[in-house]
Amino acid sequence: MSATDTQPPAPPPGAAPLAPRAAAPERPAARVIRDFAKSPLAMIGLAMLVIITAAAFLAPWITPQNPYDLRSLSIMDSRLAPGEVGFSGVSFWLGSDGQGRDMFSAILYGLRISLIVGVVACTSALFLGLSLGLVAAYFGGRIDTVIMRLVDLHLSFPPILVALILLAVMGRGLENIIFALIVVQWATFARMARATALSERQREYVEAAQSLGLSGTRILFGHLLPNCLPPLMVLYTVEIASAIALEATLSFLGVGLPATQPSLGLLIANGFQFVLSGQYWISLFPGIALLLLIVAINLVGDRLRDVLNPRNIT
Amino acid sequence: MVYVIRRLLQALFLALVMSFLVFAGIFAVGNPVDILIDPDATQAERARLIAQLGLDRPFHQQYFIFLGNVLQGDFGNSFVYNRPALGLILERMPATLELAFAAIMIAVVLGIPLGLYAGLRHGSVGSQAIMAGSILGFSVPNFWQAIILIMVFSVALGWFPVSGRGEVGEFLGIRSSLFTLNGLHHIALPAINLAVGHLALVIRLARSGTREVQAQDFIRFARAKGLSESRIVLVHILRNILIPIVTLVGMSFGGLIAFAVVTETIFAWPGMGKLIIDSIRLLDRPVVVAYLIVIVVIFIILNLLVDLLYSLIDPRIRLDGARQ
Amino acid sequence: MRLLEIDDLQTHFFTSGGVVKAVDGVSYGVDRGEVLAVVGESGSGKSVTGLSVMGLIDAPGRVVGGSIRFQGREIANLRSAEMRRLRGARIAMIFQDPMMTLNPVLRIDTQMVETILAHQDMGRAEAWAKARDTLGRVGIPSPDERMRAWPHQFSGGMRQRVAIAIALLNKPDLIIADEPTTALDVTIQAQILHLMQGLVEQDGTGLVWITHDLSVVAGFADRVAVMYAGEIVEAARTDDLIDAPRHPYSRGLIGSVPSRNRRGARLAQIPGGAPPALDRPEGCRFAPRCSFRTHGCEKLQVLRDGVRCWRAGDLPPFAAALTGTAS
Repeated sequence: MSATDTQPPAPPPGAAPLAPRAAAPERPAARVIRDFAKSPLAMIGLAMLVIITAAAFLAPWITPQNPYDLRSLSIMDSRLAPGEVGFSGVSFWLGSDGQGRDMFSAILYGLRISLIVGVVACTSALFLGLSLGLVAAYFGGRIDTVIMRLVDLHLSFPPILVALILLAVMGRGLENIIFALIVVQWATFARMARATALSERQREYVEAAQSLGLSGTRILFGHLLPNCLPPLMVLYTVEIASAIALEATLSFLGVGLPATQPSLGLLIANGFQFVLSGQYWISLFPGIALLLLIVAINLVGDRLRDVLNPRNIT
Repeated sequence: MVYVIRRLLQALFLALVMSFLVFAGIFAVGNPVDILIDPDATQAERARLIAQLGLDRPFHQQYFIFLGNVLQGDFGNSFVYNRPALGLILERMPATLELAFAAIMIAVVLGIPLGLYAGLRHGSVGSQAIMAGSILGFSVPNFWQAIILIMVFSVALGWFPVSGRGEVGEFLGIRSSLFTLNGLHHIALPAINLAVGHLALVIRLARSGTREVQAQDFIRFARAKGLSESRIVLVHILRNILIPIVTLVGMSFGGLIAFAVVTETIFAWPGMGKLIIDSIRLLDRPVVVAYLIVIVVIFIILNLLVDLLYSLIDPRIRLDGARQ
Repeated sequence: MRLLEIDDLQTHFFTSGGVVKAVDGVSYGVDRGEVLAVVGESGSGKSVTGLSVMGLIDAPGRVVGGSIRFQGREIANLRSAEMRRLRGARIAMIFQDPMMTLNPVLRIDTQMVETILAHQDMGRAEAWAKARDTLGRVGIPSPDERMRAWPHQFSGGMRQRVAIAIALLNKPDLIIADEPTTALDVTIQAQILHLMQGLVEQDGTGLVWITHDLSVVAGFADRVAVMYAGEIVEAARTDDLIDAPRHPYSRGLIGSVPSRNRRGARLAQIPGGAPPALDRPEGCRFAPRCSFRTHGCEKLQVLRDGVRCWRAGDLPPFAAALTGTAS
């Protein structure tokens, strides 16, 4: 769809065929933003993402209670159905859990932890993978072989298994789960960074830069890196979603975050014991929050993929 | 033949590397003696246990002893059950395999027709609904989806049991709950839960494959031959899209076994996945190690099988690994 | 009654950019045992005409007008089940690229036997034997073995022989061959041509040979229809067309064929390219490229006396014109 939207005007007669961009002086970033905004679905995703993120980080100021301040909890309010008014006269719009915790507040606090874990882990994995991928592509030879063998070995095992083992080794904890997620994800980034850098390396301009006597680091950071970024940004977005989902799964299984840092996964796990007695809300609403977050990220990622696809850049 | 031998050697090497990584990783974990032993035990008792477990030897010695034992099928006794770890795993393997198998069947049996339809009727309402559903299938975290399944089908509707494996029947010497009605009743929800993610993948692959193959000249030629539409779809198109799907199914079988950890925990399915989670929580080192080695072996076998299957459905690929 | 009679056929494609009139009023006919060559450049509508006869026009295309009569029976708007009974049985088609027309994951015998069983009530063994005999008939050595081979084990020329064998399996009355030799080497081209010539002569099959290369069919076709931009611009006996083409486009086509007789002379060329299908000139569609264009060419041209050019009678004789087109 977007391919036909972005057709450039026919080049004027006599224009050099090697400079198709000459007719469109628009900056690439501006084009990306403009193209991105053309998809209503992606804009909805972006809006959802902004609202969720804002709500998560403003949680201490906008939630009716601090769910982890034990003084504000009352056991009298435990397991209230959504909309019920509690003992203290506060309404629990999304119900309350077994300790009388307001689910809405708990969800916002949980979202904050999930987002932080996902973003921190993914960003670190991105930098690690990008560096190793670039190094492999730039130096080639034995370094490349070693790194890529490691990547292949790594990718042949399901991420959940790798994370499970690591957490089994290290135990629960915020730092540990972030470390486990980095270990799970770096290889994906490394592989893509290497692939794009390699295809970029074979282009004429790198050869030209080398023949001009530019230093290796200059070529690496000035030329290869910028060209690897668009596909990596797309991957980064989707990987945040999968990191959040994986963290939630691990926390649900009881090997992820400790009970003092209740992410969405832990909230859902806590609610699971009440599901059989029909108190659905304790598991259901955190799950919906998680789902909305993941879907929003994926919608944005999907659109970015279309917009940043080099084949669409005319 | 040369190809098969080369593949086997590669597989052996991979198994060796993995055994080392697993061992080194587990070695780095805290001392299991701390959990095993009574905190009030004397220093002498402690030392005796350490010596008994071989934990006083240097790392490389421990590894070679471990490797030697593993080659004899001895992974040590479970700290918790005090029984051979491998036996524990193998005991529970059939339950996991049957769950993964049921999930694959659901993914393939539903996914291929849905994907074919979405590809053939590209752009229709039905096709778009299928694709929207598959995107949702990707996004919903597995464990939460399991809870929803329980909420809706067990708690609210009461159609399926919440947990357990149910009766096991025997057929052709294989014992499985797939052979009894009660067993099928129990496996339905866990299998669906495990299948959904792969179902979405199979649908996507089948759809894109169908669209690609449909535009090929040989499909037009098949029409020109006067073949019926059903023969064109079921033989000419299907045979072509099966290749990537078989790859996916083969590759993802291992992933399914890994993801069964989640499903088995929620549905209390007595398989390897539930065992490993419990063992991780209890730091039952031999069981964790045995599980990992078993998984590695399963992966390697699966990869070999997928390669062999390939050559059966795609005549262009021969076992020398070259694509003509 | 002619074997195939197409009359004022209109096949249009309803694209988002507009209606593409790929075939815009085409008429031609073929008799039993006759070879008709349909010549034109790509996009002239020659292949779409063939596919229209087969009922193989896919959406967004549709036959919107005219008639196609096969053995006197109207088949242009036949129900799909009836059309399927005709396809591959009474009318067979051979396509351009033999590397692409055989299903890569099915064995040759599967692809042949299914063609027989789709149309004839016959046992599988009998069908297999028949397929093998046909494979031998198109000149494939040791057909028993080759039946069990996979398409990728054949060369391009051999694959085209297999495709021809498949077309012959049900003894069709008419074969439509869509550039069957274009993708092949020149020596193989000649072999295939020779094979087809012999086969249709033996069976008395009608043959429509679609090609962009007039020289391929010059010694082989009984008649030639020249297509340009969705229309037939000239239809004549092969000898007449080659010796004395009357439409300026046919003249250009023949003038641009390197020939023994005119060694040393400069080759003629037709300047420019075919008009885009969505933006064809009114009146004579060839006018923008025509060196004989004058006032009056912007009028709608009709096919009169086998040629779609109102000045056909006034043009200088072909031989004399040849020397003049070199400019």
